[in-house]
Amino acid sequence: MRHQRLVETPVDQINVEERAARFTKRSIKTTSKVEGLLLAVSMCDLTTLEGKDTEGKVRQMCQKARNPLGADLAASHPGVTVAAVCVYPNLVEVAKRSLKGSQVKVAAVATGFPSGQYPLEVRLDDVRQTVELGADEIDMVINRGALLEGDIKTVFDEIVQVKEACGEAHLKVILETGEIGSYDTVRRASFVAMEAGADFIKTSTGKVQPAATMPVALVMLEAIRDFYYATGKRIGMKPAGGIRTSKEALHYLVMLSETLGDDWMTPDLFRFGASALVNDLQMQLAKQATGRYQSGDYFSLD
Amino acid sequence: MSKTKTTKTGSAQVPHENGRTRPALRFDRAAAYAPAPEASDIVTIKARQGHFIDGEFVESAEGNSFETINPATEEVLGEVAKGSAEDVDRAVKAARKAYEKVWSKLPAAERGKYLFRISRILQERAREFAVLESLDGGKPIRESRDVDVPLAAAHFFYYAGWADKLDFAFGGRTTAPIGVAGQIIPWNFPLLMAAWKLAPALATGNTCVLKPAETTPLTALLLAEVLQQADLPPGVVNIVTGFGDTGAALASHKGIDKVAFTGSTEVGKRIQRTAKARHLTLELGGKAANIVFADCALDQAVEGIVNGIYFNQGHVCCAGSRLLVEESVHDRLIQKLEDRIQTLIVGDPLDKNTDIGAINSKSQLATIQRYLQAGVEDGCEIHQSRRTLPKKGFWCAPTYFTGVAQSSRIAQEEIFGPVLAVMTFRTPEEAIEKANNTMYGLSAGIWTDKGSKIFKMLSQMRAGVVWANTFNKFDPASPFGGYKESGYGREGGAHGLAAYLEVK
Repeated sequence: MRHQRLVETPVDQINVEERAARFTKRSIKTTSKVEGLLLAVSMCDLTTLEGKDTEGKVRQMCQKARNPLGADLAASHPGVTVAAVCVYPNLVEVAKRSLKGSQVKVAAVATGFPSGQYPLEVRLDDVRQTVELGADEIDMVINRGALLEGDIKTVFDEIVQVKEACGEAHLKVILETGEIGSYDTVRRASFVAMEAGADFIKTSTGKVQPAATMPVALVMLEAIRDFYYATGKRIGMKPAGGIRTSKEALHYLVMLSETLGDDWMTPDLFRFGASALVNDLQMQLAKQATGRYQSGDYFSLD
Repeated sequence: MSKTKTTKTGSAQVPHENGRTRPALRFDRAAAYAPAPEASDIVTIKARQGHFIDGEFVESAEGNSFETINPATEEVLGEVAKGSAEDVDRAVKAARKAYEKVWSKLPAAERGKYLFRISRILQERAREFAVLESLDGGKPIRESRDVDVPLAAAHFFYYAGWADKLDFAFGGRTTAPIGVAGQIIPWNFPLLMAAWKLAPALATGNTCVLKPAETTPLTALLLAEVLQQADLPPGVVNIVTGFGDTGAALASHKGIDKVAFTGSTEVGKRIQRTAKARHLTLELGGKAANIVFADCALDQAVEGIVNGIYFNQGHVCCAGSRLLVEESVHDRLIQKLEDRIQTLIVGDPLDKNTDIGAINSKSQLATIQRYLQAGVEDGCEIHQSRRTLPKKGFWCAPTYFTGVAQSSRIAQEEIFGPVLAVMTFRTPEEAIEKANNTMYGLSAGIWTDKGSKIFKMLSQMRAGVVWANTFNKFDPASPFGGYKESGYGREGGAHGLAAYLEVK
C-alpha cells in the first residue's frame, strides 16, 4: 500500500459515533431543506435487486427514474432525474432501452453479487459481460473472506483486475461494512479500494444487516478525505441500504458537506443506494411546496 | 473582530512534508444553512428584578440597579438590583436564620426531597432556561439546551441522593454542615455553576448566599423562581446580584462560614487574602494541555481539539487551550484543523445550528483581542475561520496559532476565548514536561490509541482532570478541581461533599 501511514491511522469508535450523531443535530429548514431534498433526488441510485425482478418491474422503475418528482413538482423543478438505476446484469439491457435519451445512468451489480464467493474468473467474466450489455457503472463486492484472513494483497489485486475489466465503466467498490467488523477494517478496506482504482466506495449490498450507518459512512468519508489530501484524487461515496427517509438523507448530506466540502455535493461524487427513499423525498418536497402532507397513495410507487 | 492584519484569508493549502502544497477542500457553501432559530417567546424577562432574599424578591437597599445585555445584539434585556454591602448583610442574616431555625433541623431525607423537586422543575422548564441562558450569556442554544441545563438538573438530582447518605460518604466518620456558605460564580456557565455550588451545599445541610456574575444574572434569578416553586424554605438560598464589589462584600463578610469561588485566579487570590470564613474552596483558571500523539485516531482527535477549545467560545476554565502535538503528525493535523474550523457556524446563539456564539462581554472581547495581538507580536502564525461575523454584538472567529513557543504569552496565560496555541513535542517525556510547565493545573487531555501510554502519562500529569481520547466531558459524579494556581478543593462527586462538611 502506498499510503500505509494513512491506512494505519486508527479510528476511535466512541468519538466517531459521537461526531456522526452531531450531524443529525443540524436543523435543516426552508430553502436549505428544498435544496437538500432536490440534491438528494438527483443523487439516488434507484435500485431493485431481487430474484423476482422482471422486465416489467425494471421498465416501471426506469420511468420513475426519469421523472422522480411527478408532474406537479416537475413543473416547478424541471429536468430533475435520479442519478442512476441499479439492477442485476440480466436487466441491464431493459434498463438501457427504457432510459434511452435520458441522463440517467445504468448501474449493475457484478462480481458474483452479493457474496462474491465465486472463482475470480467467473467474477471478472461477470463484469466484462455486464459492461458489454451496456452498464455505465459497475458495483462490485470485495473479497471479504480474504480481507478477514488478513490477505489485503488478494483484495487489492482483485479490485485492480475488476477495474481493468470495467474498461470505461465507472467502478463502485462495495465493502459490505456489516460483515467486516470494526471501523479500523472499514478504513483499511476503503484505502485498499481507492488505491486499487475505485471511482466510488460503497458501504453495502443491502443484503446484509446492518447496512449503511452514519458512523460507517463517516469513517469512509474521512478515508476519502485523507486520500484526497495525499493524492489530489476525488473518490466518490455511496451509502446504500437502510436509508429510507428524507431526514436521514439530509443528515448524510450535512455530513458530506461538512466533511468533504462543496466539491463533493454532486451526483458525480455522492450517491444514495436506495429503493424507497425517492418517494419520501417526493413527499417532503410536496409538503414544502403545498404546506400539507399527503398520503403515500398520492405518489407513484415506482 | 480581531484587527490583526495577518489573518489568513487565502486557501486552505498547507505545505506538504516534502515541500509541495496539499490539495485543499472548499467549504464556501458548506454549513450555510437557512436560519433555524429557537423561539424566544417562551421567556418573559421582567424589566427590573430585585435580589432574592429570605424567599422574596427585594430591591437593593439603595435602590440601585444595572442593565444586563444580550452580547449577541447589545440589546438591553432588563435591569437587576445592584448589590451593596447592606444587601449582602441582609442576605447573610437571612441565611443564618434559615440555617439555625429551619434547614439544620430538617431530617436529611427531607432536604433530599427539596433537591429532587428542584431538579425535576429544572427539567420541566428546561427550554425556558436554555433560551434565557443563551440570551443573557451568548452561548449557542445547542450547548445551553444539551449541556448546561441538563447537567444543572443532573447535579441537583445527584446531590439529592446524597442528602440522607452522608454517614456513608467518609468511611463511617460522622459529618456536620458548616453553616452559611457565600458562593460567587462566573459568567461562563451561569446556571450550571449555580447548580454546582447550591446542590452540594444544600444536600449537606448548609444555607447559601449566591452572587452571580454581573453579565449573566438572569438564569440565577429564574432559578430563584424555581426555588419558590419548590417551596424551599425562605432564606435557605439567597441571591444577591451585582459587580465585583458585591462579591468582595460577600467573600469578606464575617457572618459566613464558607466561601466557594469560581472565577479568575487574580480574584481568587484576593478572596484568599480577605476571606474571614473558616472554609474556602477556589476553582480558578486553567491552561490545559491537549496532548496529541502520532498514534492517535487523528480525525477524532481533531474533534476533541475543536470541542476542547471552541466549546462555549473558549470561555471554559478547563478548555484545552494548549495543543501539544507530536511533531511527526503536526502538518497532517493542522491541515485537518484548518478545514474543520471553516465548518464551524459562528452567529446567532439562538439558532439551532450555531456552533460558536457571542463573546460574553465587550471587555472579554477586548481581552481576547489583546492576546491575538500578543500572539502576532510574538511571531506566532495566526489562522482564523474565514466565515463572516455578525456586525452587531461581540464576536471572535475561531482562531489557532501555529509556531507557538512555550515562552509565548498566548501559551502561558489564560485567554478565555476561542484561541488555541499549537506547539510540538518529540517524545512522551517532553510532552509531560511541557504539559506540566504551567502555573495552572486544572485539566489536560491525552490522545493516543495505546492504553498503556495513557496510564503512564496519567501518573505523571499534574492536573485535576485528565481526559483520555475525549475532552470537556462532565458528570455530577466526577470530581472537578485544580492543582497549583487552578485552585483547591473539589466540586462534584463524593469529593464535592467534603467542601461543605465538617468531617469528624
